[in-house]
Amino acid sequence: MINALLWAPLAFGFVGLFLPRRVVGWWATAGALATLVIGVIMAFGFDNGAAGLQDTVNTTWISGLGVDYSLGIDGLNLFLVLLTAVLWVGGIAFAAFREQERPQLFFFLMLAAETATLGSFLAQDLLLFVLFFDLMLVPFYFLFGAWGVDRTAEGGRTAPAATLKMMIYTLIGSLLMLVGAIATAIISAHGGHLTFSIEAIQHQGVPVGSQRWIFWFFAAAFLVKMPAFLVHGWMADAYRAAPLPALVVFSGVLAKVGAYGFLRVVLPLFPQATSQFQTVILLVALASILYGSVMAFTQTNIRLIAGYSSVAQLGFITAGIFALRADGSDGAILQMVNHGLVVAPIFIIVAILVERTGTEDLRSMGGLAMRAPVLAALFLIVALATLAMPGSANFIGEFYILNGLFQSKIVFAIVAISGVAMSAYYALRLYIGTMHNRKPDGFASREISLRDGVVLAPLVLCILALALYPQLILHRADPSVQKSVAAVTGGESSSPSTSEEEELAVTK
Amino acid sequence: MSGAGFVAPHVDYAATAPIIALTVGLVVILMSGVFETTKRWAPGLAVLTLAATAGLLLWHWNEQIDLIAGALRVDNLAISISLIAILSAFTTILLSIRERAADEAGQGEYYALLIGSVLGMVLLSEAENLVTFFVAIETLSIPLYILCATNLRREGSLESGLKYLIVGSLGSATLLYGMAFIYGGTGSTDFAGIAHGIEANGMLHDPLILIGIALAAVGLAFKTSIAPFHQWTPDVYQGAPTPITSFMAVATKAAAFAVFVRFFVVALGPETGDWQTGLAILAAISMVVGNVGALGQNSLKRLLGYSGVAQAGYMLGGIVVASEKGLSSLVFYLAAYLFMNLAAFAVIVARERETPFGDDIRGVRGLAAERPALAWPLTISMLALAGLPATAGFIGKLYLIEALVEGNYTWLAVFIAVGTMISLAYYLRVVAAMWMSPGEQVAGPAASATGAPASGPGSTPVIAGASPEADPVDPRAGHRWYLVGPAVLAAGITVFLGVIPQPLVDFASHAGASLF
Repeated sequence: MINALLWAPLAFGFVGLFLPRRVVGWWATAGALATLVIGVIMAFGFDNGAAGLQDTVNTTWISGLGVDYSLGIDGLNLFLVLLTAVLWVGGIAFAAFREQERPQLFFFLMLAAETATLGSFLAQDLLLFVLFFDLMLVPFYFLFGAWGVDRTAEGGRTAPAATLKMMIYTLIGSLLMLVGAIATAIISAHGGHLTFSIEAIQHQGVPVGSQRWIFWFFAAAFLVKMPAFLVHGWMADAYRAAPLPALVVFSGVLAKVGAYGFLRVVLPLFPQATSQFQTVILLVALASILYGSVMAFTQTNIRLIAGYSSVAQLGFITAGIFALRADGSDGAILQMVNHGLVVAPIFIIVAILVERTGTEDLRSMGGLAMRAPVLAALFLIVALATLAMPGSANFIGEFYILNGLFQSKIVFAIVAISGVAMSAYYALRLYIGTMHNRKPDGFASREISLRDGVVLAPLVLCILALALYPQLILHRADPSVQKSVAAVTGGESSSPSTSEEEELAVTK
Repeated sequence: MSGAGFVAPHVDYAATAPIIALTVGLVVILMSGVFETTKRWAPGLAVLTLAATAGLLLWHWNEQIDLIAGALRVDNLAISISLIAILSAFTTILLSIRERAADEAGQGEYYALLIGSVLGMVLLSEAENLVTFFVAIETLSIPLYILCATNLRREGSLESGLKYLIVGSLGSATLLYGMAFIYGGTGSTDFAGIAHGIEANGMLHDPLILIGIALAAVGLAFKTSIAPFHQWTPDVYQGAPTPITSFMAVATKAAAFAVFVRFFVVALGPETGDWQTGLAILAAISMVVGNVGALGQNSLKRLLGYSGVAQAGYMLGGIVVASEKGLSSLVFYLAAYLFMNLAAFAVIVARERETPFGDDIRGVRGLAAERPALAWPLTISMLALAGLPATAGFIGKLYLIEALVEGNYTWLAVFIAVGTMISLAYYLRVVAAMWMSPGEQVAGPAASATGAPASGPGSTPVIAGASPEADPVDPRAGHRWYLVGPAVLAAGITVFLGVIPQPLVDFASHAGASLF
C-alpha cells in the first residue's frame, strides 16, 4: 500500500510520456487523484492512538552500505502526505486546464516531483530521506528552468539563472546533510553493524560532541529549504521565475519538508544539541517572522508577497518546533498543513489574476471583486485563514505554537505575537489591493471560470473543514510528537493536550 | 625476466592468457592494416581481441595468482580495473567509426595502438613490482601520445600529442626517480619486498623513503591528473580526437589508480600514516582546482577535463583512508565514472560531427527539442557527475563519503560536499543549454550563414575556445546507432545503478577485498 502511494505518481508520469498531448494533462490529474485516494484509504486505516510507525515497509537496499528501503507512516507525516497528495491534484488539475509547452514532459516532471516529495516524508531510513530530499529538487530544476518566466526585462534573472541559484543554495545544505547523515550512522554504530535506520540510530544514540556539528549540517539543509532568514537568498528569484502550477506545490509542500525534517530527524537523533542550540534557532525563526512580514508589507509583486509571507509562516512553524514542548510541535504540524492549504490557493488565485490582468504588480491591479463575487469570496476565506482569524484552523495552530513558546521561552513568544498582527496586514493588503480599490483600465472584472472553480473550491473546503475540526490532525499527531519531543526533554510529558482542546472548543 | 642464477621463472600461462591475447591481437591488427583488403577488419579484430581478453580475465575472477616470480598479480582488483579499461576501449572503437583520425592514422595503426594501450593498462593493474610497474605505465602512455596526435589535419591534435608527451615524460621521470629512492632504501623492487624492507631495514619515517614516496606520488598524480599536476589535462583532452579523449578520461585514470592504490597500500603500507595526510591534501586541492577551473569553460571537452581533475580528487579519497571500504568505493566510483563519462563523450562526438560548433557548448543548445535521444543521455551524465540521487554518481559519492568518515577523514568528506556544490554550476549549465535555451541554427553542413540571430555578429564556423573541428562531417551523426546506442546504454546503466546499485557494490567489494 505504502509502496503504491509512493510510486503511483511516477508510474503515471512515465506512462504519460508516451501519451498524445491532448490527454496527458487528464492522465496526470487521474494519477494525482489516484495517489490521493490511496492516501485517504491509508488515513482511514490509521491507528489514531499509536505513536509508532504504521504500514511499514523494510527491505535491504544496499547491504554493503547499510542502507535500507524503509518507509512508514506515523502522526508526524500522515497529514503532510495527505497535504502533498491534495496540493498536487490541485496544481496538476490547474495546469491541465491550460496549454503547456511539451506537456508530456511537464506532467512527468510534476508527478516525479510528487514521488520524490512523498518519499522524503515517508522515508524512515536516514539515507533514503537524504536521497529523496535531494531528488525533490531535480524535477523542480527543470520545471522552473524550462517553463519559467524570464525576468531580465525587470532587472531580474533569466529562469535558468534563477533556478541555478536555487539549486546551489539548497544543495549546499543537502550535501552537507549527506555527510552529516553518514557520520551519524557511523558514529552511532560504534564500529558495529552499520545502519541508517532512524529508529535504530536513536536507540544507539549519538555522542554529544558529534551532535554539535552534525546538528548544523542538518539545520543548514532544513533552514535553506524553508527558507529561513539569512539563507533565503534564492527564494525571491526562484519564486519569480517559477511557472505557477509548479509554484503551487513547491510553496505549499516543499518548505514543509524542512520543518518536518527537524521533527523527524533532528529532535530524536540530536537531542542534546537541539536543546543546546534552541535559542539560536529560535532567534533565526523570529528573524524570519519579522523579516518575512516586513518584506511582505513592501513587495509589490504579488508572487513575492505570498513568498515572503511563507518565510514568516515557516518562521512560526520553526518556533513552534523549537519550543521543545509537545503543544508547540503539535501546533507546528497543524500549521504546516494549514499553511500548505492556504498558500496553494493563493498562488492559484495569483495565477488567475495574472491571466486576467497581465501583470503581477499589485499597484496596477484592483477592483477585481466587482463582478466576481465567488472568486472574491473564495479569496477572502483564504486571506482570513492566512491571517489566522479566530475560527480558522490557522488560529488553533498559532495558538498552540504560541502556547508552547510561552511556557518555554516567554520573551520569544511575545515577539512572535507581533508576527500574528503583521500577518493580518499583509494578507489584507494583498486582498484589498487586488479585489477592492478602483479598477484600472485595461482589463475586465470577470467571475472565476468553472474549471478554475473546480480546482479552487475543494482546497477552500479543506480549509473550512479543518477550521471546524482541527482535532482531526491534533489527535493523530500528538502521540508521535510526544515521542519526538520526549527525546529532547527526557521523557517528561509536557502536553496537557486534552484539557486544552476542550478549552479551545469553548473559545470557538 | 630471468632472475639471478638464470633460472627462468615459472610462467602460469592460464593466468597470463589475457595479456597474451592482447599481444597477439595487437600484432594481428597491426598486420591487417598493411593490406588494403584487410584494413577495414581492424575495428572488428580489435573488438574481438577485447572480448577474448575480457572473457579470459573473468575466468580468473576470485582467484589470487602471483605470476612470473611475483612481477604480476592477478586478483579481483586487477580484473575489475582491466574490465573497466576494456569496456572503455570498446566504446572508443564504436565512437571511432567514421572518425577522421582513425582514417588518417591508418586503420591498422590506430586500433593497434589502442589495443597496445589497453595492454599497458592490464599490465599496470596487475603490476606488483617496480619494474613491471614502470614498463606497464610506459606501455600505456606511449601509444596514447601518438593517438592524441592522430588527427593530422588539426593543429590542436598535434599540439595535444606533443604536450602530453612532454608532460607525460616528466611524470614518468619523476616516478622513476621516486622508485629509485625507494629501491635504494629497501633493496627490493617487489612490492611485498619493499614493505618488508622498510620495516626490516629500520627505514620507517626515513627521509630517503619519504622523498621516494613524495616523488612517486607526484608521478602518479601526473598520470591521474590530480591538481596541481593536472595542467596538461584540459589542453590534451580538448586537442585529442574525442574518442581518444573518452578513453584517456576513463581507462587511463582507472589503470593509474589501480597501481596507485596497490603501490601505496601494499608496498608503502608500513608508511601509511606518513602519506595519508599528503594525499588527503592533494585530493582536497584537486577538488577545488578542478571544480573552479571547469566553471568558465565553453568547450565541453575542457569542461570534462577539469571535471575529471575534480573527480580524481574524490577518488583519491578512496586511497587516502587505506581501507578495504576505501578501495571498494574507489572501484565503484571508477565503474560509475566509466558509464557517466561514456554517455557524455558519445553525445559530444555526435554533436561534433553534425554541427559546425565542434565541442563548444553551443553545439548542445536546444538539444532536448532537436535530439531527445542525445539530450537525455547527456543530461543524465551531467546529473550523475554532479552526484544527484537516482544515479550511480550519488551512490558512488555515498560510498566514498562512508569510507572517508569511517577512516576519520570527515573533513575530506566535507570537501567532497563543497566541491560537488561548486560543480553544480557548470554541470547544470550544460543541462540548461540543452533544455532551457533555443537551439542554434545548425540546419545543415552549410553552417549558418543567415540564421542564429541570437549568436551575435558573424556566426563564423570557427569557435574560439572550442576544438576547431569546423565543418560537420556527418549531418546524420545524431541518428547513428554506434553513437546513440552507447550514449543511451551508458546513461541507462547510470540510472539503473543509481536505483539498484547492489550488483556493482558486490563487484566493487570483491575487488576491494583483494588487497586487505
